[in-house]
Amino acid sequence: MDSTTRRFEDNARAALDSPTLQAALAKLADGFPRRRREAAERLPEFEELRDAARAIKEHVLDHLDLYLETFERRVTENGGEVHWCRDAQEAREKILDICRRVGARTVIKGKTMIGEEIAINDYLEQNGIRPVETDLGEYIIQLRREPPSHIIAPAIHLSLGEVAETFRKSHTHLAPERMLNEPDALLAEARAKLRPDFLTADVGITGANMLIAETGSNVLVTNEGNADLTHTLPRVHIVIASIEKIVPTLEDATTVLRVLARSATGQDVTVYTSFCSGPRRPGDPDGPDEYHVVLLDNGRARLLETEFRDILRCIRCGACLNHCPVYSAVGGQAYGWVYSGPMGAVLIPALLGTNEARHLPNASTLCGRCESVCPMRIPLPRMLRAWREQLHRERRTGWRARIGLAAWAFVAARPRLYRRLTAPLVRALGNLAGARRRFRALPFLGGWTATRDFPAPEGETFMTLWAESDRGRTKP
Amino acid sequence: MSRVSRQAILVDVRRACTQRRGKSGLAEVEARLASCAPGPVPARGRIERDRQAALFIAEAERVQAGVIRVKRLADVPEAVAQYLARHNIEPSLRCAPDPLLRSIPWSKHSAISVTEGKGERDDPVGVTSAAVAVAETGTLVLASGPESPTTLALVPPVHIAVVPVARLVGTYEEAWGALRAKSARAGTAFAMPRAVNWITGPSRTADIEQTLLLGAHGPQRMFVVLVDEDVEKT
Repeated sequence: MDSTTRRFEDNARAALDSPTLQAALAKLADGFPRRRREAAERLPEFEELRDAARAIKEHVLDHLDLYLETFERRVTENGGEVHWCRDAQEAREKILDICRRVGARTVIKGKTMIGEEIAINDYLEQNGIRPVETDLGEYIIQLRREPPSHIIAPAIHLSLGEVAETFRKSHTHLAPERMLNEPDALLAEARAKLRPDFLTADVGITGANMLIAETGSNVLVTNEGNADLTHTLPRVHIVIASIEKIVPTLEDATTVLRVLARSATGQDVTVYTSFCSGPRRPGDPDGPDEYHVVLLDNGRARLLETEFRDILRCIRCGACLNHCPVYSAVGGQAYGWVYSGPMGAVLIPALLGTNEARHLPNASTLCGRCESVCPMRIPLPRMLRAWREQLHRERRTGWRARIGLAAWAFVAARPRLYRRLTAPLVRALGNLAGARRRFRALPFLGGWTATRDFPAPEGETFMTLWAESDRGRTKP
Repeated sequence: MSRVSRQAILVDVRRACTQRRGKSGLAEVEARLASCAPGPVPARGRIERDRQAALFIAEAERVQAGVIRVKRLADVPEAVAQYLARHNIEPSLRCAPDPLLRSIPWSKHSAISVTEGKGERDDPVGVTSAAVAVAETGTLVLASGPESPTTLALVPPVHIAVVPVARLVGTYEEAWGALRAKSARAGTAFAMPRAVNWITGPSRTADIEQTLLLGAHGPQRMFVVLVDEDVEKT
């Protein structure tokens, strides 16, 4: 997946100008937060569960080396194999190796964000293997060759009409004049198209919502059942997961599951929650003959030592996206890569570097809604600020912002000068404002006044009032 | 390649971890893995046995599963036949080779035909039991094994599960407890089956304009027959 993250500003502008995208985003901002709130209200223990889930991941991150070794041991005992990969290239090569060894021509896939991160589809295709996404949303964006616009709803940015048009272009074996104006018709068509691939694919690739050290299992949550068919029907099951996905026990996984679906879709639990532990056992009538876990680092081990380690608690529920005013305005594709929203704005600079991702930490109002809904209580605003500080130190912020900040810092650090400059300015602005008490345009503030009015200051500055009131003891 | 990478990743991770925990941490990890301590367990599921069935039914129906409760195993064929007739589905059942399902007198109902095996593409109906059923969210817990093919609950467009009320539990934690106890009874260390599938309602998607549609890749319909008769005891 090539990144267009450095063009965030252009991407965002284009997104704001797209009426279909804006309609989709309006629907999303209405639905997901309401459903999450209702699910949380139905479970009195929800807040306590969030604390417990957070504590589990904190404990794991402090003992990750030991849990990774335990997980590997259990997978091996179950008859599976763990492949450690430092970066995307190693992971791609390992997956291709396995596919080649078993003579795979078609690979079916359950939704995997790590798969997107390492761009496995492009790599397999370049090497003559056909990857087929089976999650409906992922299938649609695969046909359109687009990155996902949302972690749990990758095609959320598209209208029914756009999906229908995509199917007409891609499913050329069907009558071109067929009716495709109902969502069921589209689903039926995708289901029929994908069924033969499920039944004939040689390899199934899935991600993992969690890896369980105690049992050497990977956990998968879906609503469609596509991931279950993917890990059950082909001869080989490959799990792609990053190292921080570990939890200690089945009980710990259960605690995380109790907050995952409620935060994501507002369901109590997804329709399918699967725990896969190795290849088929003797006597099993179905299931794969081989089970592989491709364990990816891709810079995460080093994050453990930084102030950004808390992002490694993320369980990819998408709640921070759903509650973010910036995501809700520009959608996921503006972020230019696999992840988006507040968690993306924190994670992408860590994975792609601050040069590529320099705009993302600034694409936030720091309103704090993301942290307030995050099931793992990840301090996203704090980390966005930390990235901003680092960008500033690295001189990656624009010169105007830098000069502005330096000037402001100079004045703000000198209270007497600050008061002397602001008091007359406030008075002058108050006098100039006229009857509307608002400004349509102001010099140097075009960025603000282009889309809204600037309210005129009323009365005196706070410091003047404070002094007049005898430091707050009397009413001025 | 993998061995070099394994070493490199573990060195990085271990450095960060030991810095923070300041000790080996091994004892703590082993204790935690051995204890399998539960987290906060919602009160919703911590209820008397006799209220579990009602909660299971309410929760399963909330997610569009059909549920019927019958007294005896012998009542199952009639309940299944009626359900299939109501939805105009061919009463041709592909059953799991499960002793419980084998003890159902299917032949009592002449319309029903039964074959055994895993789920295949043209099967109209897959029939399974469940290792456990969880009242908390109306969830079936299927554990793969020689008597329990995973495909039966996934490939056919209709999934029917026959579950004795005795296998109901309140919470997920009790479900894990039941699976662990099964290994203990068999005198073996706990090992997970190849797949444990929690299933809560029929398959669905909301990927197109957030419209909820049933029957994405898994079954479009799910029907649970709860049986009062304590089959395992008799």
